[in-house]
Amino acid sequence: MDLEFSDSEKRFRDEARAWLEANVPRTPLKSGDSREGFAEHVVWEKKLHAARWSVVSWPAKYGGRDASLVEWLIFEEEYYRSGAPIRVTQNGIFLLAPTIFEFGTEEQKERILPAMSSAERLWAQAWSEPEAGSDLASVRSHAERVDGGWKVYGQKTWTTRGAFCDGIYGLFRTDPNSERHKGLTYLLVDLNQPGVTVRPVERIDGDESFAEVFLDGAFVPDTNVLGGVNQGWKVAMSTTSSERGLSLRSPGRFMKAADRLVDLYQRRPDPGLRDRVTRAWMDAQLYRLYTFQTVTRMIEGGEIGADSSLNKIFWSEMDIRLTETALELLGPDAELLGGSPHAVDDGDWMLDFEFALAGPIYAGTNEVQRNIVAGRVLDLPR
Amino acid sequence: MRFSFTEEQRQMRDALRSSLTESCPSGRVRAAWKTPDAALRIELAEQGILAINLPEDAGGLGLGAQDWVLLAEELGLVAAPVNLIETLATNPTLAAIGALDLASQVGTGAEFVALEEPGGFALDADKAAGILAVRDGRVGWLRDATLIAETSVDGTRRPFKVDGRFEAVDADATDLLDRAALVAAAELVGLSRRMLDLAVEYSKSRRQFGKPIGSFQAVQHHLVDALQRIAFAAPAVYRAAWSVDTNHPNRSVHVSMAKVYASEAALFTGRKALQVHGAIGYTFEYDLHMWMKRAWTLSSAWGDVRHHTDRVGQFVMSGGQDA
Ligand SMILES: Cc1cc2nc3c(=O)[nH]c(=O)nc-3n(C[C@H](O)[C@H](O)[C@H](O)COP(=O)(O)OP(=O)(O)OC[C@H]3O[C@@H](n4cnc5c(N)ncnc54)[C@H](O)[C@@H]3O)c2cc1C
Repeated sequence: MDLEFSDSEKRFRDEARAWLEANVPRTPLKSGDSREGFAEHVVWEKKLHAARWSVVSWPAKYGGRDASLVEWLIFEEEYYRSGAPIRVTQNGIFLLAPTIFEFGTEEQKERILPAMSSAERLWAQAWSEPEAGSDLASVRSHAERVDGGWKVYGQKTWTTRGAFCDGIYGLFRTDPNSERHKGLTYLLVDLNQPGVTVRPVERIDGDESFAEVFLDGAFVPDTNVLGGVNQGWKVAMSTTSSERGLSLRSPGRFMKAADRLVDLYQRRPDPGLRDRVTRAWMDAQLYRLYTFQTVTRMIEGGEIGADSSLNKIFWSEMDIRLTETALELLGPDAELLGGSPHAVDDGDWMLDFEFALAGPIYAGTNEVQRNIVAGRVLDLPR
Repeated sequence: MRFSFTEEQRQMRDALRSSLTESCPSGRVRAAWKTPDAALRIELAEQGILAINLPEDAGGLGLGAQDWVLLAEELGLVAAPVNLIETLATNPTLAAIGALDLASQVGTGAEFVALEEPGGFALDADKAAGILAVRDGRVGWLRDATLIAETSVDGTRRPFKVDGRFEAVDADATDLLDRAALVAAAELVGLSRRMLDLAVEYSKSRRQFGKPIGSFQAVQHHLVDALQRIAFAAPAVYRAAWSVDTNHPNRSVHVSMAKVYASEAALFTGRKALQVHGAIGYTFEYDLHMWMKRAWTLSSAWGDVRHHTDRVGQFVMSGGQDA
């Protein structure tokens, strides 16, 4: 066991920290889940890319630095520590990209990845449908074979930032006689074309971040089939396990949140809540330890597997405890939104709390995660 | 950055696991409720475990917490009726004060050095060659001690209220108590794992409504929640072992985190395991209660959740950084 960072890991951290300190916008950007804010975030993403900080763990030829998993975690810690903007590219770089690395052709890698890392093309996830939530295998959207590709029909929903992105990825039934997990294909669909209607939907926090995507004969060329026709389920499962496992919520995010909470406590001390603030700090540290343990296992040749579900349950429930504690510290001020004269920290805690509440729902609900662990880790009967 | 045990460390763990599976079934734990199990100390001594963290000139292996933490977990797994905490905690203290003869006797199992839990009790103090204690932040011997025998809910534990003339020695009290808390935390992880195993196995065999109860989602989620706490407590314990060995400046914070999460995992898993068992788990005849009771005692001993949370809180609130 060696829990010290190596000299080169330390240099990597110093370099990231120095760049971020010099470049992170001084005034916070508008919400990346609003149209205006999204555009500001894309400008920031381009700046990150120009300095080769947008996708550190990717190969250099696609815009990365070939950083190790440990270095990637270090970068994430520094990123959040610096107060840098949220990543509007995340559903591309953290969720679609790992799937392309695993299943994509060379042509797909060369075409899609550089444009993703440079934020020229932004991607949204389109799994959910009105009738297919937790039960993703019941998707109804389908694709019909045409010359050189497919025409897609159906409706996707809850597509985060779908109203601002350029493309979506999701599952479509390509074999009309198939059922459930079979006969599905993982397709990348360009949103800027006839046959696509995107309708923004406001979330609980008022941002138009959700979208409904209506597809009526939009074209998908064969080159946008990822991982083979009728192979979609297997390919999609690889994305969902990176989402829950490592990439979606790195420890740095919660370490920063915990530090902000400690800072809030120090400004508004309430001895009755001290232990809860301490606990939030410990939880974030614990999540970090768990993650380093997972990363070590992966470096030594192991897999994330089904215990990525344990991970997802932990971070999502930790986030709620943390933000609830902040609201209790704020007491009557908790309800004040940004811009309100007496709002504390610009009302961010309420927004953070609202977003934390979504954690046990998205990326596979926590009930479903518990089912997965019960079946695959504890081997309990159905 | 490499957060995993070495091949040797895992092999030592595996070797101990297979020997304990043979030698320490639950019947032996049950027997120790009636008659203290003196032989187990000797058996562990023969495997080098009581001397694992003694220096070589005291007949020890000169190994550290990273080497014994998995072994302590194994002893927890079988709820071994043996006071490992005192021995692993006091061994380095005995070495530090030059009590090498006594230390080597402890290592062979011939002698036992008791350790008073601050504000609490000293186990097996009546059989001890000496009783170490911490008073006002200092380590010392309790000489000419008077002992009052108490009765624990865990029948394998023999606690004594002790008092005596305090004879200070030159040793670090925080280190000593941190080691005790860390051994306890490791045992708690082992206890938790076994309680979960018992409940998982039971849920596969017990049938109601025509199905194994383990197929009911409410039962499954109880078990998953316990697994999650154990899975997250373990790295806190392993990290603390590394911090103790490397004398990390925040090692006490790390030990406290280990003790908090391991205690909670064990208490939580005990409750969930009992619930999944129903009434059979509530009987004296079934094994679960022996593990639960050990979990109750170890989670409150050597600093409970409140104590250790408060210690971390002092660090965090005074601007402590740990990244
Ligand atoms: C903020 C946010 C962002 C999102 N972003 C996206 C996105 O970008 N792209 C996308 O495709 N989707 C997105 N989603 C949708 C998300 O993936 C779904 O909400 C999720 O899969 C659950 O589906 P559902 O909402 O239809 O709930 P349902 O599946 O209808 O579930 C409702 C309740 O029933 C429970 N339940 C269902 N099945 C079971 C079962 N077998 N056992 C036990 N309990 C069960 C669920 O746990 C839940 O509590 C987002 C959601 C949120 C909240």
